[in-house]
Amino acid sequence: MEMRAVYASVMAELMSADKHVCILDADLSKASGTHKLYAQFPQQMFDCGVAEQNMASIAAGLASYGFKPWIESFTPFATRRICDQIAISVCYARNNVKIVGTDPGISAELNGATHMSMEDIGVLRSIPGIVIFEPVDEVQLRAAIPVVNAYEGPVYVRLFRKETPVVFGEGYSFDLFKADTLREGKDLSIFVSGMMTADAVKAAELLAAEGIDAELINVHTIKPIDRETVLASARKTGAVLTVENHNVIGGLHSAVLETLAEEKIPVCAVAVPDRFGEVGKIPYLRGVMGLTVENIVEKAKRAVSLK
Amino acid sequence: MKTDLKEICKDIRCDIMTCIGHLGVGHIGGCLSVVEALAVLYFQEMNIDPANPQMPGRDRFVCSKGHAGPAVYATLANRGYFDKAELLTLNQGGTHLPSHCDMRLTTGIDMTAGSLGQGFSCAVGIALGAKLEGDGAKVYALVGDGESQEGQIWEAAMFAAAKGLDNLIAITDYNKLQIDGPVAEINDVAPLDEKWSAFGWNVIEVEDGNDVEQVAEALRHTHLCADSGRPTMVILNTKKGCGVKWIEDLGAGNHNTKVSEEQARAAVAEIRGE
Repeated sequence: MEMRAVYASVMAELMSADKHVCILDADLSKASGTHKLYAQFPQQMFDCGVAEQNMASIAAGLASYGFKPWIESFTPFATRRICDQIAISVCYARNNVKIVGTDPGISAELNGATHMSMEDIGVLRSIPGIVIFEPVDEVQLRAAIPVVNAYEGPVYVRLFRKETPVVFGEGYSFDLFKADTLREGKDLSIFVSGMMTADAVKAAELLAAEGIDAELINVHTIKPIDRETVLASARKTGAVLTVENHNVIGGLHSAVLETLAEEKIPVCAVAVPDRFGEVGKIPYLRGVMGLTVENIVEKAKRAVSLK
Repeated sequence: MKTDLKEICKDIRCDIMTCIGHLGVGHIGGCLSVVEALAVLYFQEMNIDPANPQMPGRDRFVCSKGHAGPAVYATLANRGYFDKAELLTLNQGGTHLPSHCDMRLTTGIDMTAGSLGQGFSCAVGIALGAKLEGDGAKVYALVGDGESQEGQIWEAAMFAAAKGLDNLIAITDYNKLQIDGPVAEINDVAPLDEKWSAFGWNVIEVEDGNDVEQVAEALRHTHLCADSGRPTMVILNTKKGCGVKWIEDLGAGNHNTKVSEEQARAAVAEIRGE
């Protein structure tokens, strides 16, 4: 199932249960998967047209009036374009607005560099009070959306909107502020987010075949990062690799480095280099940016060699 | 509660001068130009209760030109939201009265503003919320003329008209000056009346926005717009720094100006006509 379909179905449940839950779009409801909800919830769905700044501040006004607004757009327009509105109308004013950015990083594919946000987490991460969450698969997403809705405060959901491999199994229990350990290991810690998680699972298997016992942890919430889990794992294994579909500056790699700043532990990265995106399908872009299983294996070995 | 609007305006003006004079510096020009609008809103028009500042269904006010915070605080204090003595804490460390309006710090402030353009969109969101709740609340938003150079103002204008938010009444403080000089020379916003009208708003223009009777009449007139299906813009032609001669004479230089306590005392006497 496409991630956006899962997201839309959970939002429909939430809107049915609570008339104060509402969604605001900036002409991209079809991309977000929520377009059909307009007919079902005419009093809870608002298309602002191509005006993201206005959308963000209107949502803040609605939140101040007791509503629980979710705003949606492509990732660059939901973050860097409205950074000041998120900072002031939403976060500084402590208005309970949820922000959904779809097509993170290379998943913008054929829309290319202008729509391919490699920097969205970096843009938002230094704004006080915001939670940054990036779901891995439909299991996690389905569990997370009600939790995010119930959380009182701004949350950015970095949503890969198409089909993606399922990583989490039945019985998965979601905690917004707790990272998920997918595999325990002793030789190095791999901290991974979003669409790269399934690749990291494969890489960990390949590493195991070569005798390297990797601990694999999904950091679904990049801010506030689960310091306890990151520190405990890094201290246990003594080597760290971060894996993310984001610029190496400002995202998961930076968050982990900040967490481990006082530890003498090597931290390697698989991430988008400090560059803009370009058009292409995901397999091509993975190669260009180094977001491959092979590169995860190589950088994991590098981290272990630095111990 | 006082009812003589002219006297109320004098009180608010004097309190603005006193608190900015006590601090030594402030956004004096754009505070003095909006006094009449604030007096009419808080002492005549708005359905509010200072004893119950969070009263459900109350009318809301958003000072989108957030730097007029001191004028709003002086109005709130005169209306009984908090003690006038608190005005002297303006911009002191730890104060509840910062330069720019802050809904989390100040009793009676409905929305945070300061980054221009945003407060107006927030007001539109509040008006939409009030419509959805059906609680009859009206939303008043004060916008600057320089602020009207922000694209977000016009995004919000378009949306408010498209959604038929006739519970939204905006006021432009058209004092014709901004930090760098005359608005007409920097990036002219004229003709404001035609622009708002073209955006689908009712427009009421007030010749002298510092004549409290004219402002009161215009805001009474907005009652006729209540079921018009359109939001309403009241354009107030004002004077930046109005009421204190030397501040008026500074022109564009009065946006954020040093004011000594002695100058403030003299200004109070001038306002009182002593």
